[in-house]
Order: sequence, then C-alpha cells, then structure tokens
Amino acid sequence: MQAAMLSGCLIAVMCALLSCFLILRGWSLMGDAISHAVLPGIVLAYWIGMPLLIGAFFSGLFCALGTGFIKNHSRIKEDTVMGVVFTGLFAVGLVMFTRTTSDIHLDHILFGNILGISNRQVGEISVVAVCVSAVVWLKRRDFLLLSFDPSQARVIYLPVRILHYALLCLLTLAIVISLHAVGIILVTALLISPGATAFLWTKRFDRMMAIACATAVFSTITGILMSYHFDLRSGPCIVLVQALLFVLSMVLGPRWVKKMGQMG
Amino acid sequence: MIEHATKQMSLTVDDLSVVYGNGNAALQGATFSLHGGTICALVGINGSGKSTLFKSIMGFVRPTSGAVKINGADIKTALKNQLVAYVPQSEEVDWSFPVSVADVVMMGCYGKMNWMRIPRKFDHEVVEKSLRRVAMWDFRDRQIGELSGGQKKRVFLARALAQGGRMILLDEPFTGVDVKTEDAIIDLLRELREEGAVILVSTHNLGAVPEFCDQVVLINRKVLAYGATDEIFTEQNLTAAFGGQLRHFHFEQSTIQRHDGRAVKVLTDDERPLVFGKDGHLEYKNREGREELIKSRRKETE
Amino acid sequence: MSEWVIPFHYDYMIKAMIACGLIGLTCGLLSAFLTLKGWSLMGDALSHAVVPGVAVAYIIGWPLALGSFFAGLFAAAAMAVVKAKSQIREDAVIGIVFTTFFAFGLLLIGLYPAQVDLKSIIHGNILGIADRDLWQVLGISVFCLFIICVKWRDLMLFCFDVVQAKTIGLRVGLLHGLLLGLVSAMAVAALQAVGAILVVAMLITPGATAYLLTDRFPRMMLLSTLLGAVTASVGAYASYFINGSPGGCIVTLQTLVFLLCWIFAPKHGMLAQGRQKNASAERKEEQA
Repeated sequence: MQAAMLSGCLIAVMCALLSCFLILRGWSLMGDAISHAVLPGIVLAYWIGMPLLIGAFFSGLFCALGTGFIKNHSRIKEDTVMGVVFTGLFAVGLVMFTRTTSDIHLDHILFGNILGISNRQVGEISVVAVCVSAVVWLKRRDFLLLSFDPSQARVIYLPVRILHYALLCLLTLAIVISLHAVGIILVTALLISPGATAFLWTKRFDRMMAIACATAVFSTITGILMSYHFDLRSGPCIVLVQALLFVLSMVLGPRWVKKMGQMG
Repeated sequence: MIEHATKQMSLTVDDLSVVYGNGNAALQGATFSLHGGTICALVGINGSGKSTLFKSIMGFVRPTSGAVKINGADIKTALKNQLVAYVPQSEEVDWSFPVSVADVVMMGCYGKMNWMRIPRKFDHEVVEKSLRRVAMWDFRDRQIGELSGGQKKRVFLARALAQGGRMILLDEPFTGVDVKTEDAIIDLLRELREEGAVILVSTHNLGAVPEFCDQVVLINRKVLAYGATDEIFTEQNLTAAFGGQLRHFHFEQSTIQRHDGRAVKVLTDDERPLVFGKDGHLEYKNREGREELIKSRRKETE
Repeated sequence: MSEWVIPFHYDYMIKAMIACGLIGLTCGLLSAFLTLKGWSLMGDALSHAVVPGVAVAYIIGWPLALGSFFAGLFAAAAMAVVKAKSQIREDAVIGIVFTTFFAFGLLLIGLYPAQVDLKSIIHGNILGIADRDLWQVLGISVFCLFIICVKWRDLMLFCFDVVQAKTIGLRVGLLHGLLLGLVSAMAVAALQAVGAILVVAMLITPGATAYLLTDRFPRMMLLSTLLGAVTASVGAYASYFINGSPGGCIVTLQTLVFLLCWIFAPKHGMLAQGRQKNASAERKEEQA
C-alpha cells in the first residue's frame, strides 16, 4: 500500500509536469500513440530476453519518430499518420503476443495494477520518475519557449532538434515506467488531465506546473484509497478522480466565472 | 545589444533557390543585398516566396542552391551570435499561452543565458529597458492574451530588442494594429536604422511602404527589382509584381487635384492605397517636411 | 494446396470472414470521409468512448447499438461543452473526455464481471461471436452503408467545405450529428471485429491509404471501401493460420498496405515525390 502510494505519487508528479507541456504544444495525443506502440517492443524484448522496459522504450520512440518521418514525406495530416502508425504497431504487437506462450500478462500491460507492484519495480519507478521530473523541471524554460514559439527558439540558436527529441524521449520514458501502475490505456489521461485542469486556474506557467502536480498527487492518493476500500481497479479510479477535478475546475475556475460575467 | 551597436550589418542573398519536397519551387535564383542601417520592405503577392525567403534568412529551410550570408558569414554563425531577431505574425502566436509580457521578452535573452536559463540581474535590466522602449513596462505582468493588437506587436518588438538582434525580420507588422501603434513602431524602426540595423519588413500594405522604408525588394519567386523606394516603386514594377491583383484608379479630375494639384493615380490591393502623382512620382501620407517638394510641384503644374 | 481452403471448412471462419468483410467495407467507406474531414482523433475518441455504452448495454440487456450510440453522442456533447467553455486546445479536450469515458467503462466492467467480458471488448470476439450479436453487427453495418450511399454527396460537401454547405442550405448541424452517429455506430460494429483499441485503425487507415492513391473523392471512396473489405476478410482468413487474434491480423495487414502505398504510390508516394523534387531542381538548372 505504501509502496503503491509512493510510486503512484512519483508517477503523478512526473506525468503532471509533462502534461503542462503536452497540452500547450498540442501533443496531447502523442502520449496515447506512444503508450499503445510499446506493445511490440515488450514482446520482442521478451523473445530475446532483454529487460522489457528497454524494448518498450525503443518501440515507443520508434512510433514517435516514424510518425514524424511519414508526416514529413507524405501529404497526410499528422494526427492521421499517428493513428495509422500506433494502431499498426499495436496490432503487430498483438499478433506477436498471440504467437508467444509467455508469462507476461497482457492484462497487466494494458491496465496495470499499482496495488500489486513489486519492490524492485518501486525502485525502478522511483529512479526514473525522479530523473525525468528533474530534467523537465530544470529545462522547463527551454521547453516552454519551444512550445510557445519554436521559430524564436531556432532564431536564438537553442538546440531545437535536440530539445524536441529530448522531450519525446522523456515522454516515452515516463509512459514506459508508468505501465506497471496504470497501464497503456489510461496513462494518456495522466498525461493530459492535470495540465488541462491547471490551465483553467492560472495564466502563469510556473503556477500551472505547481497546480498540475498538486491535482495529480491528490487524485492519485484518493484514487488508490478508493480502489483499495471498494475493491475497484486502481487505474480507472485515479483517472476518474482527475476527471472530476477537471469538471469542478471548469465550473468553479476563474475562466468560467469570467466568461459567465462577460455574457451577463 | 551594446556590443554590436557600432558594427554595420549586411545581408547578402546570392542566387538563392528553394525547392520544397512536393516539387514546388518557392524561390528561383533570388539575388539582392542590403547594408545597414536600412528599413527594407519585402513586397509580393501571397505565395510569392516572402515567407520562404524569411525562413531561409532564419536558417529554417536548406537552400537547393545559392546562399544567404549575414555580415559575410553563414546563417548558422549569425544565429549563434544572436544577430537575427524575428517578430511573428499575430496569427502565428497562441495568445492563450500562460506566459506574461515580461516572460515573453525574457525569452529573447535565453540564447545568452546559462543552460538552466536562470535570469541574471543584467537580463532583468535588459528586459526592463526593452519594455520601456516600447512603452509596455506598465503591462509587464499581464498575460499576453489580455493585450490589444498593437500592444501585442510591441511586446514581440521588445523581445527582438532584448535579444539584441541586428537583422530584424518583421512579418506583416501592421495587420490588426491601430494607427498610433503603427507610428510608434515606425519610429522605433527608424531609431534601429540609425543604429545600423538591417530591418526587413514583409508586407502587402503598399501604401505604408514609401512612408518608412528606404529600400524595397519586389519579389515573385524571383527578385523582380530591388533598390531605393523612389526608384523601385513605379507603377510598372508594381504591376509586374502583382499581376492582375491590383486595382487601378485613374482620377483625371478630382477634388484633391483642384485643391493642391496632387494625386492622380491610385494603386491598391484593398489595403491602404498607394498614390502616384501626375508625373508618376510617389505621394506620401506625411506631408510634414515635404512642403518644399509640394510647392515646387505645384509650380511645375502651373 | 488444400491447406489454403481449410478455413472454409469451418462455419465460424466463414461467418467471421463475411462479417469482417462487411464491417471493413462500411468502415472503409466511412474512413474516406473522416480522413477528408480531419477527424482521425474523433474516430479514436469515439471508439474508446462507446465502451461504457457497450458495458451498460450488456448489463441491462439492451441492444449494443443503442448503448453505444448514446455513449458516443454523450461523449461528443461533452467535448463540445468543454471546448466552448474553456480555452483548452481541441486535442486535449478530446483526450480528457475519451479517457474519462474509457475509465468509466473499465470501472463498470470491473463491477459486473459476470455480465461483460472485458476481453471481448478490448480484443474483439469475432470468432466466437453469438448469433444474436452477429446479426446486430451486420444490421448496423448495412444500415450505415445505406445511409452513406444515400447521403454521400451531402457528407462530402460537409467534410470539404462547411461554409459552402451552409450557404447552399444544407443542415450542417444535422450532418455533423449524422457523421458522429455513423462513427459511433460503426465503432461498435468494428469493436466486435478488432476490439476497442484497434477500431480507430479500421476508421482511418483505409481512408489515409486511398488518399495517397487518388485525387478524386469518388475514386477515393471506392478505393477505401475496397481496401477495408479486402483487408478485413483476408486478415480474418490469415488469423486462422498464424493462430493469432483476427483484430491484430486485420490491422497489421491494413498498415502494411498503407506503408506500401506510402512508398510506391504513383503520384503521392515517397519515391514519386523524390523524383518530382529532382526533376524540378533539374528544370531549374536547365533554365539557368
């Protein structure tokens, strides 16, 4: 239980920090795509006896890079390309998976189970989550400019390409390490909701990051407690608490109030 | 911005061609050069390669052939030295972004900061100086979406100032801007010109060009003509650049003509019109300081 | 030789191939519109958002189509409200809404494990599908197919140019709702064939592939329909041999076809584009 709380909160903070950049960059669905695309990497890593996380990481990165490459070399819009690529990879993963007699449970990859993680996994999660959070926090100003005005970032000679791929790598790392806890499908929510909720409350970026972390940690703790006491799946509980916070913020937040005032 | 202040800038575009991945040749053998200080207008229809030229100067597109040089060195060096500053079109900016006016201007300084981009005292001073120069210091804590069109423009100009860019690119700076701000921006550009900067303004607002630009580059995939505004801004050249997209109005007899013997021809692409006098010379909006000219013209017509 | 006809000896395989083919056909046709409209994310979102509807339908014994239709429309309405009331980017709004719906669906399934089989929702269950469900799925597909065939010109104009559609007096709101309804309905049908996660592939990949092959919309519809039908039934057929999930096989096949077209398509393929670029550069050099 304590291990679950600890790793859940670390994951929440890491995803919340990233979510601020993702929703401002218009990358919300990138998380969705990468998280699905890790499946073939996991199976492949299992086949050749590598750590599953490394396979997952490269497979997710492959999806992000492949999407960028196909988009640059065809006339199809980015979101369509992303949809084609990640479903393709997931399908390949499924086919590979059914050819494997293994002790990896597809259910665990898809939905995760934060209440059942091992001590070793807690260690892995802690190390990666702290590292990712630290890098995102330290380089937040660069990432902010990159999201706000990429042209300006290039003109003042920031290493735009490196930053772009760094953000992708951090995102992939975050997704891969969150798999045990929340699973492929719901990690997308952790990578959107906190940032979007915070966006409703403030117009300053640093405050936005703080609020995002706070809501994410709160909903993780509440979600885990709920799932523990009512014997529900933990992932959906966390996501639903976050969604509830988002709806509350929409109704109570300053932007809504302002809009209603303008109308009245 | 102090260390470069004495150096004269130059921009050389030499036989520049850009072909995009879909086979579209956006620029073909464009050649011109500019020396600071100057305010130069980049004039052409939509799709004439204006934005491609801008992107080439900012190093975003790789030329298929030819080269762009700033102060004789390649673009990469210029970018590294923070020489190129860019003021985007208002439509390109996400105004709901959670950043304040001061944050945006501070971003101009990032290139010179340490890797964590923690602002030093010096950077705060630069930001303040730049914001005061565009008269936006009082708005420093506003979120950028809470500004008027003209104020938004000034914030991004302040960012260019804070960066200390000496090769300043402005993309359609006068759309959605009130006349007062327009004048303020033009004054500021003139100051920068005095300091030796090269200012390249992309616009299709023909009427404003002779008011503040001393040079013009007419572009339609190729450079059709470039040089001093008075020489280049002829009816013939503009018709070549715009094809059928300009409206021509001829006034043989008009109230203005009876009034002071001016203005007989109007060229417009539905923004501010460009007015030619009877002999094909340009008419300006600001007549202050040109009374002599008008007097002498009146004499001629009489 | 006779190995290749083995699947045809089994009733369930023939049933699966016909059903997948029909679902693929209708989804393919629909995907041409979604690609044109730029609604790929919407396909993704609705296919996840119908899950609670399907769960509820199973629990209280309603027809699947009804549950999913309401869930889909409810999700679309939620997106519209959130978008109108906040300045958040559209992709983030879509993301929040569909993950919330999906999480709710998972929670429901967790509460009633006896009535709803999670596995069949996530992965599809076309090989073991009950006759009653099969008839529902076929009914939905045929109905959608009929609607699209009747209204395709209106939908095309709506996807291509909403303003023009409005000017000539089409009821744009109604068409918007119609397209959303069609997507929700087909999401349920496709869910049976390939599972919730891969539905989005059925709804965008054939359209995207056809878009690489032609510049005429009627031809694009034809191609994407054909691609959808052929890949779906061949995928189901192939799944027999590799003993894999039909959903995975179908979508893998669709993606392979897409990649082939992306590389080799006559005009918009990667190789053709490279040639054009070279040719253009050469022309320029000749002029110089």
